[in-house]
Amino acid sequence: MSLDAITLSVIQAALQQTCDEMDLTFSRAAFSPVIAEANDRSDGIYSAEDGSLIAQGSQGLPVFVGVMQYSTRTIIEMIRDGRCAAPEEGDIYIVNDPYLGGTHLMDVRFAMPVWRGGKIFCWLSNTGHWPDIGGSVPGGFSASATAVEQEGLRLPPVKLFKKKMLDQEIYSIICSNIRVADQRIGDIRAQAAALYVGQDRLFAILDRYGDETVVESIAELRRRAAEQMRAYIAPIPDGTYRSKAFVDSDGVVDQPLTIALAIEKNGDTLTFDFEGSSPPCIGPMNSVLATTLSSVYLAMRHIFPDVPISAGAFEPLEVKRPEGTFLDARYPRPVSGCAAEVSQRIAEAVFAAMVQAVPEKVTAAPAGSSGNFALGGSDPVRGRDYVMYQISGGGYGGNLSHDGLSNGCSTIGISKSPPVEIMEQAYPVLYRHYALREGSGGAGEHRGGFGLAYEVELLRGEARASFVMDHGRVGPQGARGGSDGAVNSVTVYRGGEAHVPPHLSKEQDIPLKAGDRVQVGTPGGGGYGDPFRRDPELVLRDVRLGYYTAKQAAAMFGVAVVADTIDREATQELRETPAA
Amino acid sequence: MVENYSSNAGSVVAGIDVGGTFTDLLMIDGRSGGRVHIAKTPTTVHNQAFGVVSALADTGFPIPEIDLIVHGTTTTTNAVLERRLARTGMITTRGFRDVIELGRRTRPQAYGMTGVFVPVIPRDLRLEVSERVEASGAVRIPLDEAEMREAVRRLIEAGCESLVIHFLHAYANPEHEKRAAEIARESWPNGYITTGHALLSEAREFERGVTAAVNASVQPILERYVERLRTELEARGYGRDFLIMNGNGGMISARFVTRESAKTVMSGPASGVIAAAYTGKRAGYENLVTYDMGGTSTDVALIQNAEPAVSNETEIEYAMPIHVPMVAVHTVGAGGGSIARVDASGLIQVGPESAGANPGPICYGRGGTEPTITDANLVLGRLDPKKLLAVENPVTVEHVRAIFADKIGRATGLDGVAAAGAVLRLGNMKMAGAIRMVSVARGHDPRDFALFAFGGAGPLHATALARELGLPKVLVPARPGITNALGCVVADLRHDFVNTVNQPVASVDEARIAEILERHREEGAALIAKEAVKPESIRVTHSADMQFVGQTHILNVPLPSAQVDRATLQSLFEKAYFARFKVELPEIRANLVNLNTSVTGVRPAVDLSRLIDPAGRAATLEGALRETRPVWYDGAWHDTPVYAREKLPLDAEIEGPAILEQMDATTVLEPGDKARSDADGNIVIEVGKL
Repeated sequence: MSLDAITLSVIQAALQQTCDEMDLTFSRAAFSPVIAEANDRSDGIYSAEDGSLIAQGSQGLPVFVGVMQYSTRTIIEMIRDGRCAAPEEGDIYIVNDPYLGGTHLMDVRFAMPVWRGGKIFCWLSNTGHWPDIGGSVPGGFSASATAVEQEGLRLPPVKLFKKKMLDQEIYSIICSNIRVADQRIGDIRAQAAALYVGQDRLFAILDRYGDETVVESIAELRRRAAEQMRAYIAPIPDGTYRSKAFVDSDGVVDQPLTIALAIEKNGDTLTFDFEGSSPPCIGPMNSVLATTLSSVYLAMRHIFPDVPISAGAFEPLEVKRPEGTFLDARYPRPVSGCAAEVSQRIAEAVFAAMVQAVPEKVTAAPAGSSGNFALGGSDPVRGRDYVMYQISGGGYGGNLSHDGLSNGCSTIGISKSPPVEIMEQAYPVLYRHYALREGSGGAGEHRGGFGLAYEVELLRGEARASFVMDHGRVGPQGARGGSDGAVNSVTVYRGGEAHVPPHLSKEQDIPLKAGDRVQVGTPGGGGYGDPFRRDPELVLRDVRLGYYTAKQAAAMFGVAVVADTIDREATQELRETPAA
Repeated sequence: MVENYSSNAGSVVAGIDVGGTFTDLLMIDGRSGGRVHIAKTPTTVHNQAFGVVSALADTGFPIPEIDLIVHGTTTTTNAVLERRLARTGMITTRGFRDVIELGRRTRPQAYGMTGVFVPVIPRDLRLEVSERVEASGAVRIPLDEAEMREAVRRLIEAGCESLVIHFLHAYANPEHEKRAAEIARESWPNGYITTGHALLSEAREFERGVTAAVNASVQPILERYVERLRTELEARGYGRDFLIMNGNGGMISARFVTRESAKTVMSGPASGVIAAAYTGKRAGYENLVTYDMGGTSTDVALIQNAEPAVSNETEIEYAMPIHVPMVAVHTVGAGGGSIARVDASGLIQVGPESAGANPGPICYGRGGTEPTITDANLVLGRLDPKKLLAVENPVTVEHVRAIFADKIGRATGLDGVAAAGAVLRLGNMKMAGAIRMVSVARGHDPRDFALFAFGGAGPLHATALARELGLPKVLVPARPGITNALGCVVADLRHDFVNTVNQPVASVDEARIAEILERHREEGAALIAKEAVKPESIRVTHSADMQFVGQTHILNVPLPSAQVDRATLQSLFEKAYFARFKVELPEIRANLVNLNTSVTGVRPAVDLSRLIDPAGRAATLEGALRETRPVWYDGAWHDTPVYAREKLPLDAEIEGPAILEQMDATTVLEPGDKARSDADGNIVIEVGKL
């Protein structure tokens, strides 16, 4: 037995670097800005037997943590059952079916077996978010879809590349069903190029250390990743930690969806039980099982960032299948909102429960929305149609030692938002302001970060505005006595009249004319700890910087700021008055 | 009065680089056949000028007789990183004062929902005025001059020393910013006024705004520093102009440097890369991966055809972009101080935690208790254990070895030596992986490159890293510890220009391309003509940033001349794209994003052949042998000859295992490596097979 601590560490690093290099290649060669700029993609290595995750790129989009092992497993099972054509060397399968271990339809997966000595050694797989996949609205986020067919083209696992050659027939079927098809060949080539890079690196590792050593190491690394996660869990006091989080609505029926979570800590395992969550919904805010699982995993990785992303690390996390709830949707439930919004509410529920268990490692709730605002219209000056996406950040939750960040990225993302100047170059719009949203950070000993406030005016032509956001009804929750952050707000001014979407954070196809305006305020982060324990000097600083008014300082933090100084006596009085 | 000065091969040039701990000086005396003076003095943190003049004094060379002083300073870098900045106000378009605080919705790391960010200019010093320019450059709302005057008055009253004027779309139409600056000048007590478009005429308000804000807030600090240094130098009889290194690897007169102060941030790492390019070219190696290993981090850069890669998109820390052309130096968070530990799964991990400079590795004797990469080198005999006597509170090798046995060995079943060996191997592997991601993973064939190792710790790891990376050769310069100072000595005068075009190649106007590139050349030549130092010749290079229509990432493509036609652009890009990604996309058209020009005033060649005094060379290799000591390679001790680097005979050939020691660096040859020393005192190592 050649396995020792050195070999294991070295092979762990080599596999990790292989995935990182696949991520890099995919992003740099991609056309879709969602992949190239927003890094809405991920690459990994999966076992030949059951598709379980061996290693995944560290710069992949967090929402894809662990998720490709489910689609890879499905492909392997379908091949075994003869429901899918058997692989040959040089074949790459394409799949985006959400119910076969996926997310939403826009996330298109490639999976390629890696052959060694005539046998499949492992699978390489990657996911990229395509800018369009057909369906009723450009971009795929239909806030009012009621069946998956309205959301776009659904592909079961089929071979897009056969013996290294692109299958022109399947390619042409895809191109005939999606918008802006002419650039997709660039993304397809990029996605395949990343897999080839991964294969080259993997062969180099196998040649250097020997196939047998690598196989044994992979098994041992899996065992040890589980051990590492168990070691983090073990010190948590045994017990059940409960939380709730709410999705504003499903976009069709105006009522909140509840995520109820009970995390039971027992010995060195955590059991996640979503019993009591809402049943499947009519609109597109359903989650498929694979996405629900990956949402739990990504939240846990935010809490314990140094656990490797591998099947072993997930072993001590038992997620009970949430059958009968909107977190385990089956065909034909619409699912476009699962990756962008529902996943973040699941993560929020995990944070809210875990902050009770490990208060030093978890923050109060972050804004937790991708803040999708889409504007589709026709520009009379340029004579062409456009679809503009404005994604935006929000405040992060405070934590044991610091205030939350302002305008942070969504919990599940790592992408930057577009500059105002680039948006105005590309689309007939004008931003009237793009500013820190004052007062939005939830009060706490460490307050939440601030959301974003912006207002966009349509300059010419007609357009339709759509929103898929969240936290319009209840703000991101505070923790350990901290207050909630400000709720998301959307107001559309049409012909001078204010219109607030009935579902607050979601609406589709609001018609706009030139001069109409859209005003958005994104959520602030939740506060952490009792706001009355916040250092008055910090409250004064926040007032000086215009983050809060003096009135808010008194009401939210119990600090009296008068003429740019702290009134100590009044402050003491405010802080000693019991809350009404 | 600035004296005109024509540098030539027969002059005395001093390069002085201020680092975190030491101020390094390298002076080459062309009047006496390239005689070399070297000095190393402690950096004087609060006024770097004292360290500079004491380094000059240490050489014993009469300061008034120095022809030219070229200086690399970290004054501005430190000011930004430590936020010791001049009080600076900002005036923006109404509705946009928060742009530099909001950033682009990011967090510092992919996992972990925490982070801290402090904007360069606090919110209460950021004011707004009515004005608005559209993306096309058309004025939508005229500048409200009364509001502008009022905002300026308020900022003066608030005690601001520096001012930024940052308006939306000023890159498309700078008239409002120019007029606002005129108004500000009426009452602003000094000249510290930066307009957003002046440094960076490109869209993207956050990046342009931060670049301008950094510029303004370090301007007074740099100016004061330059003045202090000038005074100190004059007091010692040096009345000439001196030059300061910029981040683009070129230097500029101290008289002009403060106008674009932001360009000096990151100039330290750039000068090392310039020295590498120069040294490599003389040695016959024009394609290099440079690698400067320090205590907490390692700087990596790529040089092709003796030209360092330049990037317009440097971020000096989280959410702090400085978008001016700078030598593309990637910082990897691993160095000699990286700490090794065994994680909860029983695997050895190296970094990202670092012992830094304080307490530093255990062997520094400053109270460090965690095993680091430097400590592993000591336990394995790669670093000279006798040197430990030189530290403040000496520790023994046995002590360090016992810590490895305890903290690494116990959980992994290794003894102290094997544990140190594991830490070194893993540390090298992680570092190689990080280097690969920023260099050869970007479409380059490693076999075309040599690894240029410098900094105190670089040469210790160079052959192991080259082997991991698949680079066939390693080049260790004569004086690895003062490479940045050498960069100051050999740097040219240089100006870089960028113009955004953003049009499909099929529809670009060829005449306009030529016109833009020609204008760049003229502007650059005019700037160089103003310098007191007259270059030997002017070199102009052009390049284009291109992409396929629909892409967002760009690829830089060198252009043969300013006169390029559309077909040439398309085919140059397709070739470069295939080389990078092995992908051909004949069905998609190319887009021309930016046109770039760099104008270089080439200074006379500097002779490096006396960096190590040829008179000290021994007649035979044996004559350079210092001792033989056991060194651990790949699982076993080997009796290893240790040579004095300065005494190696010309063209000496050395087979590994061997160790080459010199005052400021140790080079390790592993079994299978073959080294040769050349006329400039470089060691060129042929790396043995994996």
